[in-house]
Amino acid sequence: MVIDTRVCKKHEPCEECIKACHHVHNVPLIPNKKHEIKWIWKEEFEHAFPDTAHEYLDEYLHEREFIVLCNHCEHPPCVRVCPTQATFKREDGIVMMDMHRCIGCRFCMAACPYGSRSFNWEDPRPYIKNPNPRYPTRMKGVVEKCTFCTERLAEGKLPACVEACKHGAIMVGDLADPHSEINKVLREHFTLRRKVHLGTGPSVFYII
Amino acid sequence: MLEKALVGSKKYWALVFFLAAVFLVGFFFFLKQLKYGLGITGMSRDVSWGFYVAQFTYLVGVAASAVMVVLPYYLHNYKDYGKLTIFGEFLAIGAVTMCLLFIVVDIGQTHRLFNVLLHPTPHSMLFYDMIVLNGYLLLNLICGWTALHAVYKGTKYPDWVKPFIYLSIPWAFSIHTVTAFLYAGLPGRHFWLTAVMAPRFLASAFCSGPALLLILIYIVKAFTRFDPGEKAIRALAKTITYALLANLFLFGCELFTAFYSGIPSHQISLKYLFAGLYGHMKLVPWMWASYALMLTAAILLVIPQTRNNLGLLPFLCLLVVIGTWIDKGMGLIVGGFVPNPLEHITEYMPTFPEVMISIGIYAAGFLIITVLYKMAISVMESRGLI
Repeated sequence: MVIDTRVCKKHEPCEECIKACHHVHNVPLIPNKKHEIKWIWKEEFEHAFPDTAHEYLDEYLHEREFIVLCNHCEHPPCVRVCPTQATFKREDGIVMMDMHRCIGCRFCMAACPYGSRSFNWEDPRPYIKNPNPRYPTRMKGVVEKCTFCTERLAEGKLPACVEACKHGAIMVGDLADPHSEINKVLREHFTLRRKVHLGTGPSVFYII
Repeated sequence: MLEKALVGSKKYWALVFFLAAVFLVGFFFFLKQLKYGLGITGMSRDVSWGFYVAQFTYLVGVAASAVMVVLPYYLHNYKDYGKLTIFGEFLAIGAVTMCLLFIVVDIGQTHRLFNVLLHPTPHSMLFYDMIVLNGYLLLNLICGWTALHAVYKGTKYPDWVKPFIYLSIPWAFSIHTVTAFLYAGLPGRHFWLTAVMAPRFLASAFCSGPALLLILIYIVKAFTRFDPGEKAIRALAKTITYALLANLFLFGCELFTAFYSGIPSHQISLKYLFAGLYGHMKLVPWMWASYALMLTAAILLVIPQTRNNLGLLPFLCLLVVIGTWIDKGMGLIVGGFVPNPLEHITEYMPTFPEVMISIGIYAAGFLIITVLYKMAISVMESRGLI
């Protein structure tokens, strides 16, 4: 996935991708920040890229908001630590969650260096305003995160956030295929990834 | 042998019923937690492990420390620990049981716990933790029980138990090493990402566990005719001293690496714990208290006159137990989560139900220890050994 943050900047304060994702996946809106569930959200540069940020950063970058989500790592630490394989990497590289197998030990949350995982500290259902009947809701006591919309990919559709972005700021494609459109975009632009030095191989790229 | 635990003085039964009642109160709060979810605790999206996991970590250390009496007795034939060994093993049984209970209450979907067995996953450190903890419980049950049974029968322990005793020695080291590996192998948690995590865990275990054992022995001594002997107590005090010094030394190594290298990510959690970050300083008084207690205990334990003062020793042990408990049971886990991976700060303090559930588990553990110790004392009394 490539996120063109220049496009996002132009259309601030747009939240279409977040709204679409959270609606489609029945992500509850919990007012208590400590119990919050989020799959995709906005962060400032120094929080999205804490190792890259510095005090002389130009204002333009400083003010910009960055969409963050699960990085679907090439070497996902969450998958390494999960004691039940409830979180696992599919052959196509997507890091998936089986919420029926998850025991709620939250080892994956400690392991994820991007803070991409949320735990259902209480029953999420009362906090879903307008449930989408085509996607399951979760119960208390399990971990969840962005699944790269595997259910939509299976139907030949694009992920909800990509489809929702009218300005084309989010692109997806096959990184493993050197001739793919996404690889062309990556060759032509300077991109950043979050915390590359940890060796996780994040698959979300940011055009700055 | 168990029949020995079914008869006892009024004081014994009062203690048993008190601990059972406290356990039931904790259980009541656990039922509330089952109903509402883990949101009943102080944990959050950012601090996703808290008091339960911290108590688990501390108690794995207490359990492992039984090896500090088992090893000299069985490997070096240090006869003075003869009477003490069984008490060390029984303390380990109580401690491991508490560890397992703390895991049970920390899990979001309690009834899915056995998924860990149903889908064994050798690349997860929790898989090994499950094996070593349950194995250690079994080993201590076998070794402690047969050793006491031999006393009961007036014989020497059978030869078949020897391999289990020898196995229990490296096994004790393994439980705390694997527990350290739960934390020390996570990218992006710089506070935990240190090779001295396992050695430091062992050092803090080998001072806090024997210190707790000595306190319990002093209590047993006050109420029964049991006396492990001055030599044994003095020897154990030396073990506590060396382990406490090693623990403080390893912490000093952490400080050196973090602050001499000047790398901010290595310093930030330490700064949060000892100085606070942007006005967030809930743990600061706790951490200073912890290190003040450990340093005071270390100084007084190094000086032979104070260490060998048997009236003062239980109080020094108390300093060690409280100091190491705050360090591991409050600071270590939360410190790894503050700040979060996006460098936001969310603080943590356990809630009332969370503390009650934890106290309930401690009561269950000490109930097991009480019954086992009563059994051991009565068996020794019946043989005229004390």
